[in-house]
Amino acid sequence: MIALEKRPQPSRGWLVAAPLLAVVLTMLVGGAMFAALGVDPVEAIRTIFWDPLFNPQFASYSRPQLLVKAGPLILIAIGLSLGFRAGIWNIGAEGQYIMGAICGAGAGLAFYPSESLLIFPLMALAGALGGWAWAMIPALFKTRFGTNEILVSLMLVYVAESILASVSSGLLRNPEGMGFPGSRNLAQWDAAANRELLANTGMHWGVVAAFVSVILAYVLMSRHVLGFNIRLSGDAPRAARFAGVRPARIIIFCLGTAGALAGLAGLFEVAGPAGQISIDFNSGYGFTAIIVAFLGRLHPVGILLAGLLMALTYIGGELAQLMLGVPGASIQLFQGMLLFFLLGVDVFTNYRLRLGRREVA
Amino acid sequence: MDFGSINPVLLVASVMVSATPILLAAIGETVVERSGVLNLGVEGMMITGAVVGFAVAVNTGDPASGFAAAALASAVLSLTFGVLTQIFLSNQVATGLGLTLVGLGLSSLIGKPYEGMKSPTLPKLDLGPLSDLPVVGRMLFSHDIMVYLALGIVALVWMFLKFTRAGLILRAAGENHDAAHALGYHVVRVRLMAIFFGGACAGLGGAYLSLVRVPQWTEGMTAGAGWIALAIVVFASWRPWRVLVGAYLFGGVTVLQLNLQAAGADVPVALLSASPYLVTILVLVIISARGAHAAPGSLGRPFHASQ
Repeated sequence: MIALEKRPQPSRGWLVAAPLLAVVLTMLVGGAMFAALGVDPVEAIRTIFWDPLFNPQFASYSRPQLLVKAGPLILIAIGLSLGFRAGIWNIGAEGQYIMGAICGAGAGLAFYPSESLLIFPLMALAGALGGWAWAMIPALFKTRFGTNEILVSLMLVYVAESILASVSSGLLRNPEGMGFPGSRNLAQWDAAANRELLANTGMHWGVVAAFVSVILAYVLMSRHVLGFNIRLSGDAPRAARFAGVRPARIIIFCLGTAGALAGLAGLFEVAGPAGQISIDFNSGYGFTAIIVAFLGRLHPVGILLAGLLMALTYIGGELAQLMLGVPGASIQLFQGMLLFFLLGVDVFTNYRLRLGRREVA
Repeated sequence: MDFGSINPVLLVASVMVSATPILLAAIGETVVERSGVLNLGVEGMMITGAVVGFAVAVNTGDPASGFAAAALASAVLSLTFGVLTQIFLSNQVATGLGLTLVGLGLSSLIGKPYEGMKSPTLPKLDLGPLSDLPVVGRMLFSHDIMVYLALGIVALVWMFLKFTRAGLILRAAGENHDAAHALGYHVVRVRLMAIFFGGACAGLGGAYLSLVRVPQWTEGMTAGAGWIALAIVVFASWRPWRVLVGAYLFGGVTVLQLNLQAAGADVPVALLSASPYLVTILVLVIISARGAHAAPGSLGRPFHASQ
């Protein structure tokens, strides 16, 4: 009889090994999936994980893309991880991302065609504020009425998508765009463009913000009393209240930070890689960031690595679509499986297997 | 604007049709949550049911087997959630989200070749003289079998939870899993069965979307219906008949906004298309402000029987 026995302390080894094991398991099962789709599994896995970085033909194009895709994922996931540590489940980052992009782009476009140096910082500020405000809706409902933040934040994603559809064909539509939906192209307007900072690295302001957020989150969570209170609220909510931690403050802080970071990510995306507000400029980063946060064990450094890995599957996935004709959706499934396997093997962090007969209680 | 073009008889009839998918998913989730498990993967199970039901119905030409296959596929998918949360003791919130992401990916993978196809749809049930009644016949007795089956499932779930021993055990596992375990009930087994049932219901709901309501397969076609179903369970305070009220209410909002859009009402389209979600938020806030929480005691907490 195999039984699970709770470990007195979480295993440090498994904490690190679990994500690696999950990646290996995903490669195996994902390989089987590709084989079932009629694609050579070894070829597919190599195209996804190896070619974007080292293939002499594509690497020069796809290597910079790694940072471009990882930037928003890391930025959003860092914000989400604060809440997840405290047991606050903001799953509406996609909506906060969209609202950040709309507010930021709107603030910039109001001054078109000014060439002032203040435009871009103003847009970043407005983007962060937009995301923050959108996240404050579930936060205030939660603190004021105890409303479930999971459902409210998720519902607001659909509301944000409606607003996006409305502004891209109405309020923010390019007046010189012959009536097509979509805003002016921000990437072609010098004062508002989120440029590549170092040529051919993919490094733009969003990536810089992501790296800064990793460092700040690390300091916050391991060196600051607020970080301690956040962790305490998640691990032992009753103990936290006895220790004088005000739950409402933690909720407002965690949701607000997550919203602001998601809003920033949205603004950097719309002013750089995406270029304009359009009906479908959002590409699901807000949801993938949830996988990134868990894959990175809700730890800033882990999230940095997980964000790079997830960005790799995006780029490799596109490459596999192009080269091998793998359906795009299989990559999405691949990412979902990764989360599933991680959650599955995670049991060994807190429990160990015990072989032998179960004793009578 | 022309409100005269909105026919109240047809409105009620279409509310019943548009409420059925969320009703099915919500009643299944009610059973799952009453057993103490929070499965946030309803959206993923629904869309898997939608695509599997559609694919099987197209290939066999028989919508009934489409529905059966959808229920089975979603139930099997939900068991992955069951195994992870109940045996591998993973976090239920995270695993439920994972289930939704996997379901969305899986469905668009399976559904690619079926885009733009037409499926055989369910015939209207012939209820003899009832269907011929004026007004009422058109409103209530002119639907396909799944509309009535959904109502039947609600009644059965209500009876099961209220009057049967098995229902009592299930509620015990949900209210206090340690006590249920101490009494000798198999908490994990009960919960796995509940999860399986919830998956099957969500699958039926999804298949109803792709086979009757729309009826077509498009990627991401559930568009949050699974999440609304989750909200309805909260709205209903975990009680079957209130789930019915909630689902018909939300069906009503959905149909009304579509009718208003078609009638060219002087309201921004964005506001109208966001209205089902806004109403959901509003209702959630009102319910929570009233403080009427009747959530099962062990909802969302992992259970590990330490000897």
